[in-house]
Amino acid sequence: MKSDPDPLIIDTPTSPVTSGLPLFFVITVTAIKQGYEDWLRHKADCSINECPVDVVQQGKVVRTQSHKLRVGDIVVVREDETFPCDLILLSSSRHDGTCYVTTTSLDGESSHKTYYAVPDTMAFRTEREVDSLHATIECEQPQPDLYKFVGRINIYTDKEEPVARTLGAENLLLRGATLKNTQHIYGTVAVYTGMETKMALNYQSKSQKRSAVEKSMNAFLIVYLCILISKAVINTVLKYAWQWSPDRDEPWYNHRTENERQRHVVIRAFTDFLAFMVLFNYIIPVSMYVTVEMQKFLGSYFITWDEEMFDEELGEGAQVNTSDLNEELGQVEYVFTDKTGTLTENNMEFIECCVDGNVYIPHAICNGQILSAASSIDMIDSSPGGYRREHEDLFFRALCLCHTVQVKEEETVDGIKRGIHQGRPTSFYISSSPDEVALVEGMKRLGYTYLRLKDNYMEILNKDDEIERFELLHVLNFDSVRRRMSVIVRSSSGKMQTREYLLFCKGADSSIFPRVVSGKVEQVKARVEQNAVEGLRTLCVAYRRLCQSEYEEACHQLTEAKLALQDREQRLAQAYDIIERDFVLLGATAVEDRLQEKAADTIESLHKAGMKVWVLTGDKMETAAATCYASKLFRRSTQILELTKKRTEEQSLHDVLFELNRTVLRQRSISGLSVDCLDFGLIIDGATLSAVLKPNQERANPSNYREIFLEICRNCSAVLCCRMAPLQKAQIVKLIKASKEHPITLAIGDGANDVSMILEAHVGIGIMGKEGRQAARNSDYAIPKFKHLKKMLLVHGHYYYIRIAELVQYFFYKNVCFIFPQFLYQFFCGFSQQPLYDTAYLTLYNISFTSLPILLYSLVEQHVTMETLKREPSLYRDIAKNSLLRWPVFLYWTCLGVFDAVIFFFGAYFLFDNTTFTSNGQMFGNWTFGTLVFTVLVFTVTLKVPFLNYQRMYYVFMQMLSSGPAWLSIILLITVSLLPDVIKKVLCRAVCPTATERAQKVGAAGALEGFVAPGTATAAEESNERDLLHRDRTCEGDKATRTYDSMMSHSHSTPLSKP
Amino acid sequence: MMASSYNAKDEDGHITVTGPGGGTLRSKKPENTAFKQQRLPAWQPILTAGTVLPAFFIIGLIFIPIGIGLYVTSNNIKEFEVDYTGVDMSSPCFNCSQNFSWNSTTPCTCTIPFFLEQPYESNVFMYYGLSNFYQNHRRYVKSRDDSQLNGDMTSLKEPSKECEPYAYHDNKPIAPCGAIANSMFNDTLELFYNDPNGTKVQIPLTNIGIAWWTDKHVKFKNPGVGEANQNLTTAFQGTTKPLNWRRPVYELDAAANNDGFINEDFIVWMRTAALPTFRKLYRIIKSPSNGMMPTMPRGNYTLEVVYITTMSKNLRQNLFNQLNPDYPVRSFEGRKRMILSTISWMGGKNPFLGIAYITVGSVCFFLGVVLLIIHHKCGNRNNSADISN
Repeated sequence: MKSDPDPLIIDTPTSPVTSGLPLFFVITVTAIKQGYEDWLRHKADCSINECPVDVVQQGKVVRTQSHKLRVGDIVVVREDETFPCDLILLSSSRHDGTCYVTTTSLDGESSHKTYYAVPDTMAFRTEREVDSLHATIECEQPQPDLYKFVGRINIYTDKEEPVARTLGAENLLLRGATLKNTQHIYGTVAVYTGMETKMALNYQSKSQKRSAVEKSMNAFLIVYLCILISKAVINTVLKYAWQWSPDRDEPWYNHRTENERQRHVVIRAFTDFLAFMVLFNYIIPVSMYVTVEMQKFLGSYFITWDEEMFDEELGEGAQVNTSDLNEELGQVEYVFTDKTGTLTENNMEFIECCVDGNVYIPHAICNGQILSAASSIDMIDSSPGGYRREHEDLFFRALCLCHTVQVKEEETVDGIKRGIHQGRPTSFYISSSPDEVALVEGMKRLGYTYLRLKDNYMEILNKDDEIERFELLHVLNFDSVRRRMSVIVRSSSGKMQTREYLLFCKGADSSIFPRVVSGKVEQVKARVEQNAVEGLRTLCVAYRRLCQSEYEEACHQLTEAKLALQDREQRLAQAYDIIERDFVLLGATAVEDRLQEKAADTIESLHKAGMKVWVLTGDKMETAAATCYASKLFRRSTQILELTKKRTEEQSLHDVLFELNRTVLRQRSISGLSVDCLDFGLIIDGATLSAVLKPNQERANPSNYREIFLEICRNCSAVLCCRMAPLQKAQIVKLIKASKEHPITLAIGDGANDVSMILEAHVGIGIMGKEGRQAARNSDYAIPKFKHLKKMLLVHGHYYYIRIAELVQYFFYKNVCFIFPQFLYQFFCGFSQQPLYDTAYLTLYNISFTSLPILLYSLVEQHVTMETLKREPSLYRDIAKNSLLRWPVFLYWTCLGVFDAVIFFFGAYFLFDNTTFTSNGQMFGNWTFGTLVFTVLVFTVTLKVPFLNYQRMYYVFMQMLSSGPAWLSIILLITVSLLPDVIKKVLCRAVCPTATERAQKVGAAGALEGFVAPGTATAAEESNERDLLHRDRTCEGDKATRTYDSMMSHSHSTPLSKP
Repeated sequence: MMASSYNAKDEDGHITVTGPGGGTLRSKKPENTAFKQQRLPAWQPILTAGTVLPAFFIIGLIFIPIGIGLYVTSNNIKEFEVDYTGVDMSSPCFNCSQNFSWNSTTPCTCTIPFFLEQPYESNVFMYYGLSNFYQNHRRYVKSRDDSQLNGDMTSLKEPSKECEPYAYHDNKPIAPCGAIANSMFNDTLELFYNDPNGTKVQIPLTNIGIAWWTDKHVKFKNPGVGEANQNLTTAFQGTTKPLNWRRPVYELDAAANNDGFINEDFIVWMRTAALPTFRKLYRIIKSPSNGMMPTMPRGNYTLEVVYITTMSKNLRQNLFNQLNPDYPVRSFEGRKRMILSTISWMGGKNPFLGIAYITVGSVCFFLGVVLLIIHHKCGNRNNSADISN
């Protein structure tokens, strides 16, 4: 290089290989990982692209590959096959032109959904017929909503005007869904293929989530980069200052080449600077990223391997979708949880119903016989009046008719009948909503059995074993805005003599009561509220009799709305609004949604761990609040602050907010003095929330409300947000995320409505629940049950955080240790960029000498036992707020590194100072010096991780180690280097131990018990330690026990925690 | 930074490239092994006062005796040092270093008398020491060709670029090439014992065994060793001696096993020192075989330094205005020393290790006491707090 005429070539102090190898190693490992994932993806792509598809061409079925499908092709799909693209159903092998489809892979609903063929093409039976079809389809632009589709098909028949039919979501078979119970169908590739299919649109790439640890890692890196640059600058400046005299610059024994002499001094200085950069570049822990990545990747297996998080029922354990966020699990400050299916089991059980205030309870669960249930009704129903009788009949029929439940078909029709007759579960109900199933099953226990839907007639087996048939005219589907659903039926036989039109509606109390004109509203309302307090899910049932003209008008409105191409949703909603009014209230139902196993325990642990738990639910306030009480989110002692629509109607939002804020602040100032620390719970509903979050034009400060709201929330231990739309859930998470402390949030949910919040939160956890897999698939981690969250956070999160934090700090530490002696050496070699260490050491230090022990350590380190972590959730507070990666800690490690480096270097320096080491009088050279430093370094750095390391043998090494003083100095220098850290640890432990350390102590004492004879001294000491542990948590402990007591009394007074 | 780009989650969600463990799930119950359930037996060294205190005392108790032992050993080592740079006018070597005319053909010799107060027993090691000589300068350290020194014929004819500007002279390759070899120390030191009865006895100096065994037998080899009819002169044919050398490399020593690249003086010089002030082993004074007499009895001695013109006339004129007949160190304010030292099992005289051991041991002991007090106090405080509570 020296003879190279190009003046800009830098004379590197180390060979390119030395510097490049670690980087190459890093890049190779990364590339292999990425390449492997790419390959898997490619394989999956291929298998999708090349899966065979049957297409009708020229009246024949032709087999082709799915990636060759074009819009407009007619596709044949057989039973149990998956649709290759979004299809419009033309005809089905079933006579009624329907087909059944499961959309498990799309939204997780395992129920069979019915899709309808276009009426005009329903009759096609052969390929030739289908091929003869001449039609055009108009449709909207592709959009990701799975349940929305607006389109129109124009069918051209000979010489006539084209027939236009509307197409809705019920005609559109989605890619990814599977055909069931239907032999085959003909579908047109209507609209969307490939990336335009709804499924593909729904899987947009998730935003990258970066953990707090990574952020601090990058901050540290920048600091080290600055250190690197400043080191290089200092050395370059010193070099030229030192070289001022020519005797030093070029003594007679050490000349430059002519080329070098001719270089301009500025260029020389610059190349010197770069050379110093190369020399010191090892201070940047390049291999840290690989190690961290490997640690995360391998470490995440511990989650999937965890036996305790394995659920026997589901047959699945926890699942890791992203290993990048492992350590974030140990940093969670806010937990946002969904209620239904997450806190509760989503396993609905019909508890009671009330008709006009009279309560009916089916208690025939034990033997499952209808008769006893019927008799129970008779017993209650001792004084049947005509009016009441009529309402009762209507109520039960309403519940039997107003739903979208399907009967799971057995092989023969008789099979169903027999099954239902015998009351055995040979046939069962399937619905997308578990409430409906619970209701229909509840009705069955009360004597009214829904049999099936046949040719648009719904069949009911009533109490007297008669089959009643109702013609199903219209279904006004449920949606979360209206929060109700209705059916319009016409009675055709049985008890309902008159063939009248009836509209049955069931829905949330808030959406029914305003539309009720008559009925015993007060009694029903009272009952509904009582049920809600008990944590039951309530629904109100109402009906309306339609006369012929009314029906016709309704019918007209509905069809018109359904036919509309634009704003169909809106127009449908308008039509529904007009039709669903003037109800007569029939009664209400109550369904229990049981709490998940150990939900209360988990919530309590999370609270103790210092996390704030928020429940975000779409449910009504009372129900949700009841669940919160049951799950110990709110305790009896909790002072509930309400921020609901009801209150804001009385006072202005402004006043309410300020009042609450005052309450909270006052309480806080008081509780600072008194022992009695009250905690607050906040209840807010969706409407108020949107009012709070709405930018306020009137005020000068638009974020005023938001700030106050956050301030209130900060002081509340638990917050319940009810009546939340899915998007609002994400909004709340975003709001907290953006608040000034930037807390780490975790969202947990099981349903599709939680996906937005799961994606928004720092850590998203999906529960493999009944509502489908969508949440689990979009999450970062999926667990089978809510209770597993405890172990996930308190044990795994804690471990991962500790491990990664120590890994990161250690990496910086060891690189400072490594490079700082090299920096110091420059002062003794005339700033000539002479490396202190041999090339092999430079290369291998980061790759092998020191990264394997720490990797192992960071995989298996358990500073506290799992049991302790689970028993003492408060240990989680020790690591809160990234406490192990804060600047002081980082500074401590860096200073420790510098100290150690100084010890290594000057220790070796004084030992080398003009003396010999060996008993044969021979002298050592500079490489021995470096190797001595390096040996001490590796030993020290490795002893920091309590592991042994293998040393690379070398001539120098053998020579050095054959001398006694070298060994002695190694021992000495290691001792000195390890000393400050040990002292600091001991001092900290003695003077101000953290909770973790105390727990370790107790654990150690407990372990000792077995070995040490029960001497009085040990016992006393141990009890001291225990006392110590107790003393600091007295306040908390007292509180816990107190609330525990109050909880007990609470459960006595109300039948809340029914088994 | 880099890590953020690692997360290769499946962009197309349908393709379930699940993260780690995705493949192992498949509704299989995880194995209940100690490793997978993180229940490996572990020993956890908790640094509590209780466990560390004894360790501190033990370290203290072990280190202090070791330190004392080392210190005493170091003190028992006898070392004598004499500076012969000749900076002062009064110095006997001043003339040689200052006023000696380079074109004189007779070597300049200076004589330094010294007196050993104690007899030196067993083998005595004679070192030369240089200071302010940056043998560890990077340009200097790498200015050598290790394969040439290992006897490689190609490298002999075509020295590595690293040797520049000491690779070629008059279009001939320099053997051995490079700055290190070129600047080899070449003062000749001789010791004489002045008998009380007046005679001056030259002390025999051994130059075998001063280099590392591995260097002499592994790293350094003469070219063309195994070949027939080869002597060193023919092996080095076509090469030229380093500029500053008086003799070619194959005339360094008369003995065949100490000539050429495997000359031990040369090898010693080639192992570059770590620090700018260094000493190198020059000769060994073997203890007399009868063992009754000390190797160097108490008495008067004379050190004779024979200066040899190190550089050719032209080069010297080019580089320095002053004329330095000796090994020139004054240009960079260097010093030259001769050191006589006995050796113990722990090497040469170095009180540092002993002092350091004593210091660290004492510090540990002291810390142990301090920690004991703290531990005691804290324990008391906790107890009293418990009672008051």
